[in-house]
Amino acid sequence: MYVAVKGGERAIDNAHAWLAEERRGDLGVAELSVAQIRAQLSLAVNRVMAEGSLYDPDLAALAIKQARGDLIEAIFLIRAYRTTLPRLGASCPVNTAEMAVIRRISATFKDLPGGQVLGPTFDYTHRLLDFKLAAEGEAAQAATAPAAMEAVPHVMAMLDRDGMIEAEPLGNDVPADLTREPMELPGSRALRLQAITRGDEGFILSMAYSTQRGYGRTHAFVGELRIGAVAVEMEIPELGFAVEIGEIELTECETVNQFKGSKTEPPQFTRGYGLVFGQTERKAIAMSLVDRSLRWAELGEDYTGAPAQDEEFVLMHADNVQATGFLEHIKLPHYVDFQSELELVRRLRAEVFATQEAAE
Amino acid sequence: MSDQAYNFAYLDEQTKRMIRRAILKGVAVPGYQVPFASREMPMPYGWGTGGVQVTAACLTPDDTLKVIDQGADDTTNAVSIRKFFQRTAGVAVTEATADATLIQTRHRIPEAALTTGQILVYQVPIPEPLRFLEPRETETRKMHELEEYGLIHVKLYEDIARHGTIATSYAYPVKVEGRYVMDPSPIPKFDNPKLSNSPALQLFGAGREQRIYALPPFTHVVSLDFDDHPFEPSKAPHDCDLCGAGESYLDEVITDDQGGRMFVCSDTDFCRTRCEAGHLGALGVPVLKGGA
Repeated sequence: MYVAVKGGERAIDNAHAWLAEERRGDLGVAELSVAQIRAQLSLAVNRVMAEGSLYDPDLAALAIKQARGDLIEAIFLIRAYRTTLPRLGASCPVNTAEMAVIRRISATFKDLPGGQVLGPTFDYTHRLLDFKLAAEGEAAQAATAPAAMEAVPHVMAMLDRDGMIEAEPLGNDVPADLTREPMELPGSRALRLQAITRGDEGFILSMAYSTQRGYGRTHAFVGELRIGAVAVEMEIPELGFAVEIGEIELTECETVNQFKGSKTEPPQFTRGYGLVFGQTERKAIAMSLVDRSLRWAELGEDYTGAPAQDEEFVLMHADNVQATGFLEHIKLPHYVDFQSELELVRRLRAEVFATQEAAE
Repeated sequence: MSDQAYNFAYLDEQTKRMIRRAILKGVAVPGYQVPFASREMPMPYGWGTGGVQVTAACLTPDDTLKVIDQGADDTTNAVSIRKFFQRTAGVAVTEATADATLIQTRHRIPEAALTTGQILVYQVPIPEPLRFLEPRETETRKMHELEEYGLIHVKLYEDIARHGTIATSYAYPVKVEGRYVMDPSPIPKFDNPKLSNSPALQLFGAGREQRIYALPPFTHVVSLDFDDHPFEPSKAPHDCDLCGAGESYLDEVITDDQGGRMFVCSDTDFCRTRCEAGHLGALGVPVLKGGA
């Protein structure tokens, strides 16, 4: 006698309990603290903050712990939490020219005001597994120097002074907020940048890489890459002036790209821009390449059909929370649809066999 | 028992207001896909976030909620969504179609006729009926504006040319009040006739794609077809093996590895109600109402 499957509720509760146990892992091994994740897995924390669109290292670390290290799952937890928060207002634009840089490099000038500052980078490490870390060796104290107090000027500002790079005039437009309004295409550059900065690092990386390999090439130089803390200020209407409400770490990348000029404009360099929460260098560089690639229309370039030139393709597929949800939903029951397909295919096959028999 | 940490039905009032505006616009323009600022929900995109947001915006504390997936109240995702609203809204829940004031569904329309005052909320994965003919949203919106639906008729015609019949068995496109072509969500085409002239309000929510659309009560809905190839709702040519119903949509259940199978109603409430009323299918056993 057939009995329909029941007890979905108990199965779900049991699955959750088992999941919690698996998350904790071997009880003989000390539990990982949120503070440890925040301090020692800080690049993972940064990625979760960037793609979760919420600057809160403690919550990001908690999400990573809860998600068992699955960063997309952690990003999803942060997004779902973020959406419940009230929106109090918009900050003033952050001034990255005033950034307290821990890293600042330019690939276009050998030396420049503010200098080249390598900072804490993997760049010139030899990728050899450090077995000392397995033995829990403490790092040696790094040498220190007094922090430079003066602001480090942007490389782009220097090019801008000579008119060598396209002007980017300050605007007073209130930027759209893609978390509060449905995305309508074609979007503004500000909207595109919002979507890319919270887009999946792997997707943006591959899109950028494809432009380097010739699918919509833009000849990018890293004019400047800088990482550091900036102050966040907000206009308080009752006060009538802006007050500093906090500090966030950002990675900013500006690329210098070729532009041949047009009938009305002399040859000039053009810009690609990347700005991402935390120390997220790969993402910021990739973002600036994808941004530049998507600007083909406004710069009068040809559309070559490259994926990275296609705004709708890039923006509609960059979000990993959307992508993973829809991808994984095919795990859900589809009995009804499959049943209707079964019937259709059975009927079509029966008709084919009937026709064959009639012919014989 | 409701969770006090969140607002009634999880979403804040401003968000619900925004969603209600989109719903009202959808009701005013039946079949038109209204963009709305879909929120990130605590369940994944593609798992009913659009339906959940529409339900959250419509629920009142006096409502009685029913949630079904594949016609069944006890499939895991239906259980999960029902639990979510029990926890965040504390509303009464039911499995009885007739007792529900709001029904959230995935892939089915209940067998029992809906009545005035009921709301049926569909979870929609891809709201755009033209999407698999034209992947660009910018293009498909234009096609709807211009009422340019030739492409979809060509697709149906090609089906007939290739297979001798229209080879779309679910998410079968419909035309609403002679204007908008609409995706009825992936319900089997067997359910399509129930879309038309329903006394209930039908709302469709697509969270990831940020679209809401609606069929107000007693809206005329026609499944696309040709004069010489009229639309045919279809189902497995069997009766339910549990309750004997001949007119309900059936799930096929594999019972052994020798090709054994049986057919049972996909609408679990419909089937149970019939069994309790004494109807018996070929493999059913008599049930005592309320008994084990």
